[in-house]
Amino acid sequence: MHDQIKESLLKKSRATRSERRGKLISLFCTAIIILVVVSIFYFVASKGLATFFSNKVNVWDFLSKTVWNPGSTDSHGNPQAGAFPMIIGSFAVTLLSAIIATPFAIATAIFMTEISPTKGYKILQPVTELLVGIPSVVYGFIGLSVVVPFVRHTFGGTGFGILAGTFVLFVMILPTVTSMSVDALRAVPRYYREASLALGATRWQTIYKVVLRSATPGLATAVIFGMSRAFGEALAVQMVIGNAALLPHNLVSPASTLTSVLTMGMGNTVMGSVSNNALWSLALLLLLMSLIFNLIINRIAKKGEL
Amino acid sequence: MKKKIVLLLGVLLLIVPLTACNLTSNQGRSITAVGSSALQPLVEAVAEEYTHGHKGNFINVQGGGTGTGLSQIQEGAVDIGNSDLYAEQKKGIAANKLRDHKVAVVGITPVINKSLKVDNLSTKQLIAIFTGQVTNWNQVGGPNQPIVVINRAQGSGTRVTFERWGLKGRGALQAQEQDSTGMVRQIVASTPGAISYMAFAYVDDSIKTIAVDQVKPTNKNVEQGKWQIWAYEHMYTRGTPTGLTKDFISYMLSDDVQKRVVGKLGYIPISNMQVHRTLQDELKVPTK
Repeated sequence: MHDQIKESLLKKSRATRSERRGKLISLFCTAIIILVVVSIFYFVASKGLATFFSNKVNVWDFLSKTVWNPGSTDSHGNPQAGAFPMIIGSFAVTLLSAIIATPFAIATAIFMTEISPTKGYKILQPVTELLVGIPSVVYGFIGLSVVVPFVRHTFGGTGFGILAGTFVLFVMILPTVTSMSVDALRAVPRYYREASLALGATRWQTIYKVVLRSATPGLATAVIFGMSRAFGEALAVQMVIGNAALLPHNLVSPASTLTSVLTMGMGNTVMGSVSNNALWSLALLLLLMSLIFNLIINRIAKKGEL
Repeated sequence: MKKKIVLLLGVLLLIVPLTACNLTSNQGRSITAVGSSALQPLVEAVAEEYTHGHKGNFINVQGGGTGTGLSQIQEGAVDIGNSDLYAEQKKGIAANKLRDHKVAVVGITPVINKSLKVDNLSTKQLIAIFTGQVTNWNQVGGPNQPIVVINRAQGSGTRVTFERWGLKGRGALQAQEQDSTGMVRQIVASTPGAISYMAFAYVDDSIKTIAVDQVKPTNKNVEQGKWQIWAYEHMYTRGTPTGLTKDFISYMLSDDVQKRVVGKLGYIPISNMQVHRTLQDELKVPTK
């Protein structure tokens, strides 16, 4: 009798065992994910850095030169790997589309949370979700058959260029930014609004001075999240930007982005050659940029805590 | 509940490799052919026919581009590497380890937007257009309309062939690039003043071909050596092919397939060619 109680107290119970098992499984899964991330970084970095170490491309030349033809060499015998036009292209479409999308997204979010939280929300919520779910190739196809001719007729040029890319990306990041803005606005405590209204503020004053103000970090995160999506988008942009590794003269001249050059060149280069390594360097650049976007988001989230 | 999920995961982990083995080992032979998208339709059609007639064999055909095909066959990751180019023409490929099987010839033609009233260009004019010396169609006898050059991606087999034989070894200017013939066709069809180039097999009513030096881009002119812009389509193997790879390649080269299928899909059978080219012809750059 006595021993039985003692035994059951000393022995591990079922609950303890299942807890340990659960811990082990989740630890195992986490370890695998970390391993995958680390090996991706290692792989892309080792390939991407080979351009600079084994093919002797100057890092500064890579970032600032404008001739992209890594298969051939310039007068000094260095591969012509100047990624500046692509860097400019990527940043241009990203910033422009974010600038256009932000007011639309925030206005929609305000409508969904403050002005018409029941009816408007019920209609707009599935619409934004649907927009998120449309595959990028569909956006690209619409861009190619509708946006490009529209830009050609309205603004001249061939229609392919940064402007067409901006329009397509605007539609693509709009739902992402909108739904994240909605979350940010909903996270504003109810008593903020109540206090503001009790002080005699109108609804617009409440939205403008209280809700938007206290949701600013969340809204900034939403915009940067959208930008990081725009920066990494490959297929849709590739279909409408024209893919010319040239510095764009204006918004309707053909340009290219880091992603579009990457997807174009992949199948036509041989592993280990200079052209292939140069593409990996572009991939490394993209990886570093998304890391920077993530850091910014973290920074904002920390600073903006209420 | 948790236990069940764990069990399920465990079972899945066990089953996946088992089924994978089954597919490859127990049910006959299987090979993979990867590479050139220009050659892909032909290989796919012939592979389908072959596996239909020879039960228990699987031939997996994938695109990916000439570069992919050559590097994959070099690494031994696949059984056949499809290429528009001689392996020697591609940097980073040890061609002496590979065996070349020429399976067809493909002609490449300049194409323009349908609304342009241009039917013929001299080689000189073609070079001037693709190197950027001429930027308006009225400089080459056409309407007053800016020229929009659309290139294939750098390193694409079609582009290399066009630059070698169409532009006599000169590189095309930096301009819009597309990574597939389908996209090129659609863009040329919808963009006024556009010019590009593509394999005969892809030409349709939405675009217009032009004659070069008064020679029309037809299979007959390619066979007789009058039309200069063409290339062999290669299937590369590592060393002498064996097993299904060998059977499939000899099926591809059989008179029946060459006469019946190759021509129907817009390619030219090797046996019809009255002119021949060597690797040296491809590498030699004519004096400018």
